[in-house]
Amino acid sequence: MVKKETQTIEALLDANNFDFSTVKVLDESGKIVNEALMPELSDEELVDFMEKMVFYREWNERMFALSRQGRLGFVAPTAGQEASQLGTVLATTSDDVLFPGYRDLPQLMEHGLPRHKAFLWSKGHVDGSTYPEDFRAYPPQIIIGAQYVQAAGAALGIKKNGRKAIAMTWTGDGGSSQGDFYEGINYAGAYKAPAVFVIQNNGWAISTPRESQTAAPTLAQKAVAAGIPGIQVDGMDILAVYAVTKAAREFAIEGNGPVLIETLCYRYGAHSLSGDDPKRYQPEGAQEHWRGLDPLNRFRIFLTEKGLWTEEREEEVVAQAKEEAKQAIQDAEAAPKQKVSDFLKNMFEEADQITQEQIEQYEAKENK
Amino acid sequence: MAQMTMIQAITDALDIELNKDDRTLIFGEDVGKNGGVFRATEGLQDKHGEDRVFNTPLAESGIGGLAIGLSMEGFRPIMEIQFFGFLFEVMDSIAGQMSRTRFRMGGSRNMPITVRSPFGGGVATPEMHADSLEGLIAQSPGVKVVIPSNPYDAKGLLISSIRDNDPVVFLEHMKLYRSFREEVPEGEYTIPLGEANVVKEGTDVSIIAYGAMVREAIAAAETLEKEGINAEIIDLRTVYPLDIDTLIKTTEKTGRVVVVQEAQRQAGVGEKVISEISQRAVLSLKAPIQFVAAPNTVYPFGMAEKEWLPNANDIVEAVKEATVF
Repeated sequence: MVKKETQTIEALLDANNFDFSTVKVLDESGKIVNEALMPELSDEELVDFMEKMVFYREWNERMFALSRQGRLGFVAPTAGQEASQLGTVLATTSDDVLFPGYRDLPQLMEHGLPRHKAFLWSKGHVDGSTYPEDFRAYPPQIIIGAQYVQAAGAALGIKKNGRKAIAMTWTGDGGSSQGDFYEGINYAGAYKAPAVFVIQNNGWAISTPRESQTAAPTLAQKAVAAGIPGIQVDGMDILAVYAVTKAAREFAIEGNGPVLIETLCYRYGAHSLSGDDPKRYQPEGAQEHWRGLDPLNRFRIFLTEKGLWTEEREEEVVAQAKEEAKQAIQDAEAAPKQKVSDFLKNMFEEADQITQEQIEQYEAKENK
Repeated sequence: MAQMTMIQAITDALDIELNKDDRTLIFGEDVGKNGGVFRATEGLQDKHGEDRVFNTPLAESGIGGLAIGLSMEGFRPIMEIQFFGFLFEVMDSIAGQMSRTRFRMGGSRNMPITVRSPFGGGVATPEMHADSLEGLIAQSPGVKVVIPSNPYDAKGLLISSIRDNDPVVFLEHMKLYRSFREEVPEGEYTIPLGEANVVKEGTDVSIIAYGAMVREAIAAAETLEKEGINAEIIDLRTVYPLDIDTLIKTTEKTGRVVVVQEAQRQAGVGEKVISEISQRAVLSLKAPIQFVAAPNTVYPFGMAEKEWLPNANDIVEAVKEATVF
């Protein structure tokens, strides 16, 4: 149920707003349902949003294919979450510090991570998470929730440095059950630190449904206990996600403290390509239901009706994604073999005696 | 030179480093106005401001996460864990996260974090406050673990820890905080991490200890002296990394070794010391290595501490085992 009276950005960013109805801008038939929240975007920017969603939908397909060929390592599917992932990250700038979860490679790539590094991370190569000094991001987090407390720390640092930026982090509905989730939003709230916390509620923590995570009717309302605004948004609607995130970023930058955003979305695929099969645990009809809400589909209709999108353009973007994935996997596969001696050298700034002995042992082995 | 307790030496080191580098921050539970539950940060908030010395909400994992995030923004965090028995609440931030950042990111990032925490038994704290968990943390690659045994070392080692670009867990034995004073130079000086201290030269046996057990070793050596046994005392000062050279040198010199730790006998730092000596200098040994440690129980209730904790008498007995062999 959309309660119109709270559907303004000001109301949504009020920590005392206890109406957690879902914010929507564009419905599944491609119609604008809330003009007041429609973000100001040029035609070029609108097209760019679509291109990016199409790109990452295809990128997801490429990851599947490469995974089946045994050319990738850990792969967490992203199809279904394009509006959630891109709508949030496209509201950030390169000054912002990102703390992604393991499914959030698209956000890192939009932040500037070279595509082959995303593949290297998947394959388990250290070059995949070796970042230049001015790249403001942390590698994808595996321990669900840890990124929340770290983002609170970075946000406090940003505030102390007087930078006009935010720390942004993502976890899932499962992650919102973690203690670190609460510690993170509570810390940032207590320090009025500029963080934007995103819960991508895709309905499932591997096989555990959202309903089993918590008795709370929404995850956005978890913000109430931290005294910060919590907003639930239609995570299949890139315009709504973008509008809310952009407003949250500005709110945080102005010194008002953090914001928690829950995006309602869905992962079409398994939790990861390392084993689980959604058919075992998801009810029949779930896929069809969510396909009917697809973020690409509704935005495609919207743009096509505005005369901004064509099938040809979509095919071009798909072809481009295929080409870039092909190049990226080649680049990833050309990465030098990893050396244990390098790992040992990277444990400390200066190696201690036993580590130094091990470096020498491994170098001798490696040079044989 | 001034006479200082260990806690005063620690406060002095913190003050010096806050003065030296304005990227240095101190935070933790009650470290602000209250100056910490042991007063280690007393007066520092008044002097350096609430922006640099501040309280955190009561959540240890949050304190660790804060340190990691602040490091990414170019700060040098000194975080306090109120009692090291609360390590479990912050284990992921320390052992799972800050410890692996340099490794994970191919050497492209520093984590210049100092984790300060009181630990150790003998002062009748409630449960979960006194445990010696240094072995647990020393087993985590990517973290250095420093344990001073006296005011002079505490100051020099803490300054080194704060200046180190890697995470250092700096453990302060509660019993040593105020139990004695010694001369501590004013101003800054450093003691390198990873270097053991020869507390007392000796010829007959090497007693290798750290933390509060160094005091017990000194007391034991005095007793032994009267019985004609001249003990050498080595204070590890850093339990990871270990100073292998000093361990081997003393073993080769005396041929008899007694390793002492306050922690339970199972696994841990003492085992590591024994293992390195066994692998590297077994032929220098004239007797089996003796190991003085606490029994393998949970840390006991306050009234049983005296029975439970290793002490000078235990060390004397162990030395005799090693010397009559």
